[in-house]
Amino acid sequence: MESKNIHLDYRIIYSIIEPDSRVLDLGCGEGDLLYPLVRDKHVRAQGIELNDKAIQECVKKGLSVFQDDIENSLREYPDHSFDYVILNQSMQEVKKVDCVIHEALRIGNKVIVGFPNFAYIKSRLMLFFKGRSPITGSLPYLWFDTPNVRFLSITDFKNFCVEKNIRIVEAHYLGEKEIVHLCPNLLAMNAIFVLTKN
Amino acid sequence: MKKMKKDTIKNDSVGVVETQYYTFAGPGRKHKLESGDTLGLITLAYETYGTLNKDKSNAILALHALSGDAHAAGVHKGQEDTGWWDNMIGPGKAFDTNRYFVICSNVIGGCKGSTGPSSLNPATGKPYALDFPFITVADMVHAQRHLIDFLGIDKLLCVAGASMGGMQVLQWVASYPERVRSAIPIATALKHSPQQIAFNEVVRQSIMADPAWREGNYYEYGQPEKGLSVARMIGHITFMSDQSMEEKFSRRLKNDKFSFGFDADFEVEGYLRYRGANFVKRFDANSYLYITKAIDYFDLSGGKLIPHGKTVNTRFLIISFKSDWLYPSHQSQEIVRALKRRHVDATYCELTSTYGHDAFLVEVAEQTTLIKHFLDKTFNGYLVAGNYGI
Repeated sequence: MESKNIHLDYRIIYSIIEPDSRVLDLGCGEGDLLYPLVRDKHVRAQGIELNDKAIQECVKKGLSVFQDDIENSLREYPDHSFDYVILNQSMQEVKKVDCVIHEALRIGNKVIVGFPNFAYIKSRLMLFFKGRSPITGSLPYLWFDTPNVRFLSITDFKNFCVEKNIRIVEAHYLGEKEIVHLCPNLLAMNAIFVLTKN
Repeated sequence: MKKMKKDTIKNDSVGVVETQYYTFAGPGRKHKLESGDTLGLITLAYETYGTLNKDKSNAILALHALSGDAHAAGVHKGQEDTGWWDNMIGPGKAFDTNRYFVICSNVIGGCKGSTGPSSLNPATGKPYALDFPFITVADMVHAQRHLIDFLGIDKLLCVAGASMGGMQVLQWVASYPERVRSAIPIATALKHSPQQIAFNEVVRQSIMADPAWREGNYYEYGQPEKGLSVARMIGHITFMSDQSMEEKFSRRLKNDKFSFGFDADFEVEGYLRYRGANFVKRFDANSYLYITKAIDYFDLSGGKLIPHGKTVNTRFLIISFKSDWLYPSHQSQEIVRALKRRHVDATYCELTSTYGHDAFLVEVAEQTTLIKHFLDKTFNGYLVAGNYGI
């Protein structure tokens, strides 16, 4: 795959993660994010994934993965088992988000969270002018077949971090193809935060 | 075991193979068992497939289940039965004999060439019967370690097995972690549950309730056929799932109508009787007693797999099957949890299958994909696939 075809969010997370670190990817899919990290940065990676086919693809790439759902997968790990715990595009599919982030911060020194921004301008316009549930590049599903159970904006998540006493160390805002600098809660389609315990 | 015609040995078969024997623990060097008893002389029957490479880094030990034996792949000269894992061991298969050297040995306590209760007791010149000491899964593994030493292999590329074979895999890691680069426990458990012990107890009681068992001293008279066949029938029920039984037999009758007698009316009854009757021809009743007991004693829970404060470099691939109710997935997940606590590099996959516990012998395609790539990574490290860049 050429670099331009790699999701922008993967590129950002790839650049955040230090070589030789221990990484847990919650909802790792077919391992497209973990694979280059393991190959280039000698990361010690572990994936968690539920989908049968995705797991076979991870194993084909030589990745280690547990078939489990995210909510059940964290309890057994001792504190600080990982340098990074990644929750990229999977947090919005988790019911007990609060619990998962709390556990992720316990077992990981840093938590990288990536999620679609529900307050993205296109979502707002669709809701306002068409009166319909938003469908955008980062929220591509119809209301009846979406795996998402949590719908949140960038502002929502920042407030959540304040309330839960979680420190945001880094924030990256993503448009369709580029980084967004201005008014992220309006103009960013996706956000990536690096979190630690306060 | 599947039948295969002699003249149609397939290209992906290891071909004609011969069982070999290794004997150790001779006079004055008796083998100490977990129970405190000793055993000697010990013979292990084993087979090998493929070629051991120069630096002896491509050896895989395949470990058999309760009624298995050293004959894991290929055919014996003049025979038609293929080995018990023939669909997984061979050229191009999951355990690729073009690349790896695969070893399989019969456990001690068994009856297929390794020393067990039906072997001659050197002290009396008669079969041991119940004078055979009690053995454990750890004893089986320690005996295998002698064989691996004898073959000159310092570090195994992989130990792999299902059911009781999976317990031996776990025991290998617990006992000799520095000698195992990777481990594949399939459809197995960290410890036998009360339900599993209960089934084994019914199995043992059915053998011992047969008067022909004669307190184990039946060797001059023949096997306790009734008890042993009922024992095996119980086993076969637990190896299947309700769905696989529905698919295989449903309520189909052997003849068109009910007999209104106690003959086998239903196909499922005929199947169990056939399996039971066949088993008495090939398996020693006392071995069944001893080995089921060894499995029941098995317990590596509570930090016995890897002690607290330690970790291992062994990589794991753990496989379970959705419809397996004898060794259900939650038992494999218990292994996963134990490994998570010790930061062990591991993969766990629950495969979809309707075959129940038998799936490890039948579900070849998905197991092959997982095992092949897992072994490849263990053996070669990362191969950069294409020009995947970021």
